[in-house]
Amino acid sequence: MAAETSSVSPAPRFSLIRQLRESPHAQGLALISPTLIYLLFTLVLPLLLVVVLSFMTRGPYGNIIYRVNLGNYTRLMDTLYLRILGYSLLTAALTTIGTILIGYPLAYYIARTPPRQRSVYLFLILVPFWTNFIIRIYAWIMILRTEGLLNSFLLKIGFIQAPLDILYTPTAVLIGMVYEFLPFMVLPLYTSLEKIEPAQLEAAADLGARPFMAFLRVTLPLSLPGMIAGSILVFIPAMGMFVVPDLMGGAKTILVGNLIRNQFLTARDWPFGAAASMLLLILTLIFTLFYTRRAGFGEELLV
Amino acid sequence: MSEKKPAIWLRIYALLAYAYIYFPILILIIFSFNTQKINVRWEGFTLQWYKVLFNDQNVILATRNTLIIAFTSTIISTVIGTLAALALQRYRFPGYGAAESLLYVPVIIPEVVMGISLLAFFASIGLTLGLGTITLSHIAFNIPFVTLVVRARLHGFDKSIEEAAMDLGANELTTFWRVTLPTIMPGVLSGALLAFTLSLDDYVITYFTAGPGSTTLPLRIFSMVRFAVTPEVNALSTLWVLTVFIVLLIGQIAQRSQSPQQTR
Amino acid sequence: MKTFRIAAVFVILAMLIAACGGGQKPAVKSTELNLYAWSEYIPQAMLDNFTAETGIKVNYDTYSSNEELQAKLQAGASGYDVIVPSDYMITILKKQNLLEKLDLSQIPNIKNIDERFRKLEYDPGNEYTVPYQWGTSCLVVDTSKVTRPITKWADLWDPEFAGKVVLLDDVREVLGMVLAVLGYDKNSTDPAQLEEAKAKLSELMANVKLFDSDNPKQALLAGEVWLGQTWNGEASIAHSENEAIQYIFPEEGCTIWFDNLAIPKGAPHIDAALTFINYVLDAKNSILITKEFPYSNPNKAALELLKTEDPALYEAYMSFPATNPSDEDLKRTAPIKDIGEATALWDRIWTEVKGGE
Repeated sequence: MAAETSSVSPAPRFSLIRQLRESPHAQGLALISPTLIYLLFTLVLPLLLVVVLSFMTRGPYGNIIYRVNLGNYTRLMDTLYLRILGYSLLTAALTTIGTILIGYPLAYYIARTPPRQRSVYLFLILVPFWTNFIIRIYAWIMILRTEGLLNSFLLKIGFIQAPLDILYTPTAVLIGMVYEFLPFMVLPLYTSLEKIEPAQLEAAADLGARPFMAFLRVTLPLSLPGMIAGSILVFIPAMGMFVVPDLMGGAKTILVGNLIRNQFLTARDWPFGAAASMLLLILTLIFTLFYTRRAGFGEELLV
Repeated sequence: MSEKKPAIWLRIYALLAYAYIYFPILILIIFSFNTQKINVRWEGFTLQWYKVLFNDQNVILATRNTLIIAFTSTIISTVIGTLAALALQRYRFPGYGAAESLLYVPVIIPEVVMGISLLAFFASIGLTLGLGTITLSHIAFNIPFVTLVVRARLHGFDKSIEEAAMDLGANELTTFWRVTLPTIMPGVLSGALLAFTLSLDDYVITYFTAGPGSTTLPLRIFSMVRFAVTPEVNALSTLWVLTVFIVLLIGQIAQRSQSPQQTR
Repeated sequence: MKTFRIAAVFVILAMLIAACGGGQKPAVKSTELNLYAWSEYIPQAMLDNFTAETGIKVNYDTYSSNEELQAKLQAGASGYDVIVPSDYMITILKKQNLLEKLDLSQIPNIKNIDERFRKLEYDPGNEYTVPYQWGTSCLVVDTSKVTRPITKWADLWDPEFAGKVVLLDDVREVLGMVLAVLGYDKNSTDPAQLEEAKAKLSELMANVKLFDSDNPKQALLAGEVWLGQTWNGEASIAHSENEAIQYIFPEEGCTIWFDNLAIPKGAPHIDAALTFINYVLDAKNSILITKEFPYSNPNKAALELLKTEDPALYEAYMSFPATNPSDEDLKRTAPIKDIGEATALWDRIWTEVKGGE
């Protein structure tokens, strides 16, 4: 027993506590056990339940019959569902690209402003970021609808003769998604860009590189971790999105998220919905592994 | 980055980009004063919708619920998450890899999948959906985020202070309470803030785990946007944006006064 | 590890509190009522008056279709006390044993209900339900935008209306409508007919701007759509804001439905539920429904009261076909029926049409 000089608390008698004090393994486990127990009940068990559900059969009225069947998965292989899945991936990809296109120059600008002013610009990005996203989507509904602001304006200046059909189309969904996810791309990109040393750019200039080449060869590659972090934050949630297609797509555009939600709430085919969820989850894991292998779970995610 | 001021086209772009970001919000705010009920064309100025909003019992109930859930889940997830961060950052134990992976699953998992899994789980154990189930769900997705943030803070932590304290006679507990915790407190608070925000804003998971009388503000806003859209939802939105603005402003000022300009 | 112990206590305590937050089962009179009903259907004024008079707080959650209601109840322990299912859903819920029997001695106001609605097929004798409102789901047309007369569902397929049609987000309503257009029974379970209907509906998709069961009048009033399928109550409200919006009973026929108040099995506040149901059936409360959501009111006493209290509204109610269809109109209506096992097939087709582009 180690000599105790402490007088703050008496030396523990119980061997368990003594074990805790002396074994770092035990201490570590003790600290992480609340998390593990909690997640066991709220994550592991529920997901296991979903896995089990995905192999069950649907009763005539949408109740669950406990009879194993692989039909849900084979049904998923049907072109219809693969098309929905493909469409979701495409939407997520387009959203990601959109946020990069719009967000990169903005992040670049912020990174280049003097540090004193930077916090103002960052602050201005954070305000919409923290505003409830449904509110922000609704704003776009007001702008994009047939008698909304965009159409009224364009009609007034004579740019168009008849109102544009934007709301309740896939275009509207994309606009909504890009707007919603933009801050998630700008912030990690900024973090990455901000770390680039001026010295590196100066060196490139000294070696005769024109600004654009310096950008292409130095800045862009160095900002890659930020882009990857941002892509994770955009692409993966975008894959499972159902709110934006719901509100801006007129309940016509079905993405994987809508499909799953419908199976659980109106079509009442929980086994099939569970199978679709499993598919989405697996895809998510694949993409995450793909992305993190490229850049590691870096600090760019922690803005 | 270079100290040279950015090119003119870049500044113009930034201006346009910010305009693009704020224009919809501006529209929301302006149209919260519209007299026309279906809020399609501007017809006149009025403050009536704010009055309607303040008398709207459903919104008041939703706000109350949202705050209760946010505070509760933040406190619990911050405690649990901080402990987990300490565990992961300072110790190695059997099952470390698995624990770390498990911890980050809620960050990666699509919200809809987590939502339905919780719904299925609560249904299977016969737990009535309500404030309780929502809170339990929020804690689940908050813990990993708190852990991430606190871990980042622990990264550069200089253990020598702790060793000094122990040399002076403090045991582990006292050291933790008197030395470690105060030092990592900014990180813990950041984590708590993040958890609070995530809980406040959550729609998808709450949607699947909510029950009678447990509507939250995001759910309520969604309903308001779906049915009988009136400028009242604009008024609510305006207040939300204003609150965020003020809170962030206070945060900025507090940060500025606390620490001198640091180069990040 | 004092910190750890404190934390552990916190966690356990919090979980206990949170878990207990769910359902209490008071042995005494309830002070709370959990209402689960269609959106845009229960006037807030009526709920506020109810709370003022009885002290019972009402939590009003909404659903957009009978199927959504069913899903919630099937998941078990929903916590709701009063629900408002439609006719065919009642048949299904009865079969699944998800409804409580009503103690009619607690609902004396049932005498206010028009005789015609007392012996309906899905619940003769009102063992489980009491009529709330009834109505139809037919054609609605904005005649200021559509100048030629529209008389049949088939008109919706006209290429002139590309992107100008609104349909209900309801599988039984929409697919049933398409079956009727093809000349089949709207409650068909024949897979071949359903496949045909699926193809026909897919053709219509180019014209459909959106599916909306919650607030179809919004799209009409905002000029997003020109015509479509909607609930009679929505049409009435739209008409009152814009007289050009008309309600038409199409040649192929449309749906007649009856919504009812019912108590799900295992409801935590049955006493409050019965009080509420009785309250709703009181004439002076019932007219609040007609004032705000003008569907067709089966409450004879309420209509009598309306005649004297608000003659203008009564006139409007009686003269508009959405609220007061003539016998001729009613001949063109048919109810939705429970189709048993075929439900799965209908649900599947719905997913396929919506996801198929």
